[in-house]
Amino acid sequence: MSLGTTLTLLSPELTLFLGAALVLALDLSLRGGARRAIVWVALAVPILAALLALAFLWGQQVALLSGMMVADPLALYFKLVAYGCAALVILGSPRYLSDRTDRPGEFYLLVLLATLAATLASAASDLISLYLAFEFLSLVSYVLVSFLRGDRRSSEGGLKYFLYGAVTSAIMLYGMSLLYGATGTTNLAAIAANLRGPASSLRWLAVPTAVLLLAGFSFKIAIAPFHQWAPDAYEGAPTPYTAFLSVASKMTGVAVLVRVMFVALGDFQPTWARVLGAFAIVSMILGNFVALQQANIKRLLAYSTVAHAGYIMVGVATAVLAPRPFNGLNGVLFYGAAYLFTNVGVFLAVIAVEQASGSTTISDYAGMWRRSPVLAALMAYLLLSLTGIPFSAGAFAKFFVFASAIQAGSFGLLLAAIGILTSVVAAFYYLNIVRYMFFERSEAESPVIVNRSVKVALAIATAVTLIIGVYPQPLVQLASRSAVMLGMLF
Amino acid sequence: MGFPILSLVTFLPLLGAIIVLLLPSSSVRSIRIVSVAVAALDLVLGAILWAAYDRGAGGFQFQEMANWIPNIAVNYHLGVDGISVPMIFLTTLLTPLALLYSAYTIKDRVKEFFFLFLLLETGMLGVFVALDLVLFYVFFELGLVPMYFLIGIWGGAKREYAAIKFFLYTLAGSVAMLLGFFYIYFTTGSFSILDATARFESLRPFGSNFAAVSLAFWGVFLAFAIKLPLWPFHTWLPDAHTEAPTAGSVILAGVLLKLGGYGFLRILLPVFPSAFHYWAPLIAALAVVSIVYGALVCLAQWDLKRLIAYSSVSHMGYVMLGVAAAAYSLNAAGQEVSRAIALNGAVLQMFNHGIITGALFLLVGVIYERAHTRDLKAFGGLGALMPYFYGFFLVAGFASLGLPGLAGFWAELMVFRGTFGIMPAYAIVGALGIVVTAAYILWKIMQNMFLGQPNERWAGLPDMHSWEIASLAPLLAVMVFFGLYPTPIIGLINTATTAMARALALVL
Repeated sequence: MSLGTTLTLLSPELTLFLGAALVLALDLSLRGGARRAIVWVALAVPILAALLALAFLWGQQVALLSGMMVADPLALYFKLVAYGCAALVILGSPRYLSDRTDRPGEFYLLVLLATLAATLASAASDLISLYLAFEFLSLVSYVLVSFLRGDRRSSEGGLKYFLYGAVTSAIMLYGMSLLYGATGTTNLAAIAANLRGPASSLRWLAVPTAVLLLAGFSFKIAIAPFHQWAPDAYEGAPTPYTAFLSVASKMTGVAVLVRVMFVALGDFQPTWARVLGAFAIVSMILGNFVALQQANIKRLLAYSTVAHAGYIMVGVATAVLAPRPFNGLNGVLFYGAAYLFTNVGVFLAVIAVEQASGSTTISDYAGMWRRSPVLAALMAYLLLSLTGIPFSAGAFAKFFVFASAIQAGSFGLLLAAIGILTSVVAAFYYLNIVRYMFFERSEAESPVIVNRSVKVALAIATAVTLIIGVYPQPLVQLASRSAVMLGMLF
Repeated sequence: MGFPILSLVTFLPLLGAIIVLLLPSSSVRSIRIVSVAVAALDLVLGAILWAAYDRGAGGFQFQEMANWIPNIAVNYHLGVDGISVPMIFLTTLLTPLALLYSAYTIKDRVKEFFFLFLLLETGMLGVFVALDLVLFYVFFELGLVPMYFLIGIWGGAKREYAAIKFFLYTLAGSVAMLLGFFYIYFTTGSFSILDATARFESLRPFGSNFAAVSLAFWGVFLAFAIKLPLWPFHTWLPDAHTEAPTAGSVILAGVLLKLGGYGFLRILLPVFPSAFHYWAPLIAALAVVSIVYGALVCLAQWDLKRLIAYSSVSHMGYVMLGVAAAAYSLNAAGQEVSRAIALNGAVLQMFNHGIITGALFLLVGVIYERAHTRDLKAFGGLGALMPYFYGFFLVAGFASLGLPGLAGFWAELMVFRGTFGIMPAYAIVGALGIVVTAAYILWKIMQNMFLGQPNERWAGLPDMHSWEIASLAPLLAVMVFFGLYPTPIIGLINTATTAMARALALVL
């Protein structure tokens, strides 16, 4: 492949890298009011990257950089999720940051780098590139979680995230080294081939390796029992970055998990799917039940994302690489996009309230219908989408995942049954927020003023959630197409 | 495809809701006028639908079909038959009356109220016109959200508890139903209700897939049993109905409960006939328990609204009994007539219960607005004080206990006549419910409220206002009309139920 083609295919990543460098340069050079331009530059970068990705990567199915990376529809899909998340998060940040820190430029720089890391990881097709991208994302995330230096919870969250990350990363690396030792290669497709051929005497290693790898991926996705960092990190991190963590970072983990488990260890799916299914069960039950007891909305959403990670894993555990209407993977991808707009939307509402009242306590949402009716209505709608009530993206996301589970025998039925039962539990705590907002009266009657950029981001997130909920066909088509292409790697 | 009247009737309220949303919340008057006008216009469409339905041809008419999610064979498929047309008429009749009543009684957060109410109407109508399982499911759940807010914001003292209880119960049922729908889909390859009706049984014969089909059957059953509500899944109902604002109770009892009964007739019985047949004795027993237990609990109530709420448990049990009896008769030769009568009775009972209980809840609202209590012990002698109110309550109450000449009679007669020909023992025990109903209507309500010594406390209570009469009179007119001359509605229902009774006989 010529250098020109390679550069074209990597143009979104180059854009992110150069954009981050530009933000850094502007942050160092601009003074005073001119610094506001940094936000617009930072916002333009993921949008430009998304346009380039659509222009050059659409329909591509090629290996890059001697097999270190791939450009395929699966990677493109997850890249688009990351770009969308980054753009919404950047749009939701300016007021929040200017209230809390005097160096917002660094935040945008780091978010762009995190986006770059996320997109590199979702396109990595070799254990080495994968590990590097994964660690790149982790390191940037540790810094971002503890970004609010003056806030002890921020530092605590960052430290916990780092310690957990270091341990699970080591476990994952151990798994990778076993895989390399057994097969003599780090390329995912070659690993699968060698396990079938020359290294078949070491096939028994694949299952313990799969479990070690799953530990590392589960940490990033915040699947129980590797989720313990999440509540503290979510609570401590600047809220815009919490939104990024809950979607872009999580979906990167899903992208990597899907690619490694299906490309390198696809032959062993019957075994590792059981382990993953068990993780999913624990996540759905623990996430939803512990969320019931949370008084802080960021902690509540942390447990809620653990539960949603469980639902997504139901789709992965019951996936089949076949062009079926419900093949699990299309459900996983659909879920990713639905979750992007719904969950980031909820976090944008949280940002709006936090900006006005400085509080993330759920009881402080009381009487929101009077203080800001539109904000309350949009947030209620997004929470209903998280619950899975129809005419929202979240409803179809669960629909696809559970439909795929029903096909997968009695284990799938068990996963689906636990999934639907815990969805009912989830309705209780999501509606509890709605209850505060609409049924209660507040002591403070002052209107909650939402600044324009958060308004725009929230409007976009809600509108897309509604559009997907009413007419999901285009996204279903895109997700199905992207999922099926993974099967064509072999 | 002709004029899309079904889409129009379904989405007109949504359009009204959007208009209400765009009006400023201070222009209370225009919000009220727009809402009532839109709902009234929808009633006109509902009546046109009734008149235009071709009884000679029968079957599903006014069908509309469009691709919605072609990847998974989900279509926007609408159509109505002799069961859905009366239900649509019921919905479009009760909504404007409830809104008219609310226009005078709801003073707080008016815009939100009317927006949610119109949204609710679209959700309910959508269920009655849907011929696609996914479409059915999304409309079934759509109704949940507005009702949750209606109870939670405008409800009584325990409104928050009642609202979330209602929401969680119904949600639990509908997610179980969803799994059942998936099973139907993976068997037939589509989400079409008509396809499932025609093919599911042949693709998954009950005997050889006993556990799987039973599981799917009970999953779907649970959703409708909770909605109906059938004992022992009824515990959300007394709370929700009692705490909801008057108009909310009217719609809850008048229409939302019918979604359960309608689901039994539209999906459960036609798609799973042999499973339904197998489990019919158990289901009929639950129905009988609902009838008798619901009525006995009424006897023990001193809160008027709670009493009416429990009477729904009893009266909707008739619906279940009729459907279960029809299912039980599937492989019995010579019972086609009883089967069709039982089904007719079940559908007619749904319609009548909607009209009668809707009226009763409005009447509860009338007295509660004045007295601010619903304690039956606190009343007495209201008959002399409020003659109009007395008269209205008398008619609605007698209709509820099944007095001949009023609408309620025919439905009960047909349910028990049909059931008696199929499962006589159940019919005999169930008929006890009728006796107890007479007891609680006459003794608990009529005697305690209207007869006896007038209570000094209520000396100055005004009789019904013109707008209260306006919201109630149409319902009473329907009760009397169909009581004296039920042929138009029975003829309509009969087109669907005889066809269903015949089709079910062919299955086995």
